Amino acid sequence: MDLSPLWITFKISLAATVFVFVTGLLLAWGVTNLKRGRAVIDAVLSLPLVLPPTVMGFLILISVGSNSFIGKILDSFGARLVFTWQGAAVAAAVVSFPVMYRGIRGALEQVDINVIRAGRTLGLGEFKILRRVMLPMAAPGILASVVLSFARCLGEFGATLMVAGNIPGKTQTMSVAVYTAMQGGDRELAYKWVAIIVAYSLIILVGLNCLPSLRRSRR
Amino acid sequence: MKTLKVDIKKRCGEFILSVKFETSSDRFALLGASGSGKSMTLKCIAGIEKPDEGFICLGDRVLFDSSKKINVLCRERKVGYLFQDYALFPNMTAFENINLICRDNARTEELLKKFNIEGCSALKPAKMSGGQCQRVALARMLASDPEVILLDEPFSALDNYMHTIIEREIMDVLSGFDGPSVLVSHDRNEVYRMCGTIGVMDNGSLIDVQDKMGFFEHPATVVSARLTGCKNITALTADGFASDWGIQLELPSGCSAKFAGYRAHFFEMVGAEQKGKPNVFEVEVERVIEDTFSRVICFRQKGNKSESPDSLLTYITGKDTDAGDVKFLRLDPSRLILLER
Repeated sequence: MDLSPLWITFKISLAATVFVFVTGLLLAWGVTNLKRGRAVIDAVLSLPLVLPPTVMGFLILISVGSNSFIGKILDSFGARLVFTWQGAAVAAAVVSFPVMYRGIRGALEQVDINVIRAGRTLGLGEFKILRRVMLPMAAPGILASVVLSFARCLGEFGATLMVAGNIPGKTQTMSVAVYTAMQGGDRELAYKWVAIIVAYSLIILVGLNCLPSLRRSRR
Repeated sequence: MKTLKVDIKKRCGEFILSVKFETSSDRFALLGASGSGKSMTLKCIAGIEKPDEGFICLGDRVLFDSSKKINVLCRERKVGYLFQDYALFPNMTAFENINLICRDNARTEELLKKFNIEGCSALKPAKMSGGQCQRVALARMLASDPEVILLDEPFSALDNYMHTIIEREIMDVLSGFDGPSVLVSHDRNEVYRMCGTIGVMDNGSLIDVQDKMGFFEHPATVVSARLTGCKNITALTADGFASDWGIQLELPSGCSAKFAGYRAHFFEMVGAEQKGKPNVFEVEVERVIEDTFSRVICFRQKGNKSESPDSLLTYITGKDTDAGDVKFLRLDPSRLILLER
C-alpha cells in the first residue's frame, strides 16, 4: 500500500496551519479592536465556513490560476499553484481559516477587558498588551483553535480536488485517496484509508481534550 | 499644582452623561447610586470611553477636546486608574506586574517594600488575598508615574477589616501625591473620610457639588440628602404639611422648600400631652431592628394611610430604649433639612 497520501496530507495540513495561525491571529486581533464594520468583516472572514467546497475551489482557481494576477506573478518566478501540493495547501488554508480565526477571536474576547484597559492606562502599547497579556491569557483557547484547524485541513476534499487535482504521490491526499479507491472499485483500499483517517482524527481530538491547560480551566 | 478640568457629554442610548467639574489638590469624590454615571465619567477621563463632546484638561495638557478633534490615547494620558476588581495581569507574579510598567528592578523592589508585599513578590494574583491584590495594583499604578489618580470603588471587593487598612494606605498614597485625584463611591462615610469636595451624580448629571462639611449639613437636593444618609424625607405642601409623613410641621416663615429631611437619631421622645401638636408624631411602630450598637425603630404616624415608602420613618436610638415606650416623637424644626428639589 502506497502511504504517500498520509505524508502529503500531513505536509499540506502543517503548511496550511502555520499560515492560517499567523493570519488568523492578526485578523482576530484586528477585528476585536474594530469599532465599526465588525459585523460585515467578521462575516466575510467566516464565509469559507458555510460556502460549498466547490465554490471555494472555484474562487481559489480563478484567483491563483495561470490567467489571474497572482498566477502571473508566480509564473514570472517559475512557480505554480494549480496541480501542486502548495495549491492544495492554499485550499486547505482557505477552508480551515474560519476555524482558526473564530477560535482565536473567541479566546481573545474572553480576556478580561479591564485587564486590557489597565494595561492601556499604565502606558503599555497595544502590541505589548497582546504579546505580554492577551496571548498568555488566551493561550489554551488559541492552542485548541490550532489543533482544530489542523484537523479541519485533513477533512478538506472538494476545494483540494479542484485546485490541486488527484495526482498520486504528488497531490493525492487521504480524503481524495478514499474517493479514488471507491471509484476504482478497490473497496479494501478504501476501508484501509477510512480506518487510517478515523484513527488519525481520533488521535488529534483525544490530544485536544488532553491539553493540560484546557483540563485546568474546566475544573 | 495641576488642575483637572472636565466638561463632557456622552449619550448611551437613553442615558445621557453630562458632567462638569474641576479639581486640583482637594480630593474630589463622585458620589452616586449604581448606574448614575460615575464610573463612566472616570472612564472618559482615563480615555477608556470617548465622550461625544466637551473637553478634559489636566494642567496645560488637553486630553480631550471635541471641537479641536483632540483625543489623546489612553496610554499617553498618564492617568493612574485603580480598578474595583484590581485588574492585575493574571499571568504574571506581583513582581512582574509592577516591573512590566516601570522596567526597573530596584524601583519594583522598593514599591513592593513600601506596600509591605515583598512576601507576594513571586505569587500570581490568583494566590493572593484581596488586600494584597489591591496593594499590588496600587504599587503598579504608582510605577507608571501618573499625573492624576482615579479610584473606581477601590474597596468594594474587600471585607470590612481590609477596607479600613487599604483605605489608610490609599490615603497615605494620596497625601504624598502631587496632583488631582477623583474617587468614585456610593459610600458616604468613605467619601467623607477621604475627600474634600463631593459631587453627587444622579442619572448621568452632576447635581450638587460642595465641600464635604457643607454637603453633609446642607445637601441641596433630595438625592444628595439620601446619599448623605438622611433616612426620613417627605414632600411638603405650601402650608407646611408633610404629605408623606402625615403630620403638620412648623416651618420658618417664608420657607419655600418643597421637601424636608430629618435624620433618624435627632427625634426626641415626648409625653402624651404633646399629642396633636405640630412636629409631633403619634407613633405606630411597624418593626424594630436590632443593629450592632443601636436599636432601629421603623414607625409611621398613627392613621397615616399613605402608600409612599417615605411614610415609614426611621428612629435610631440606644439599646436602653424599649420600643414599647416610644409613643410620641417630636422633631426639632431647626434640624430639618429643607430642600428645594
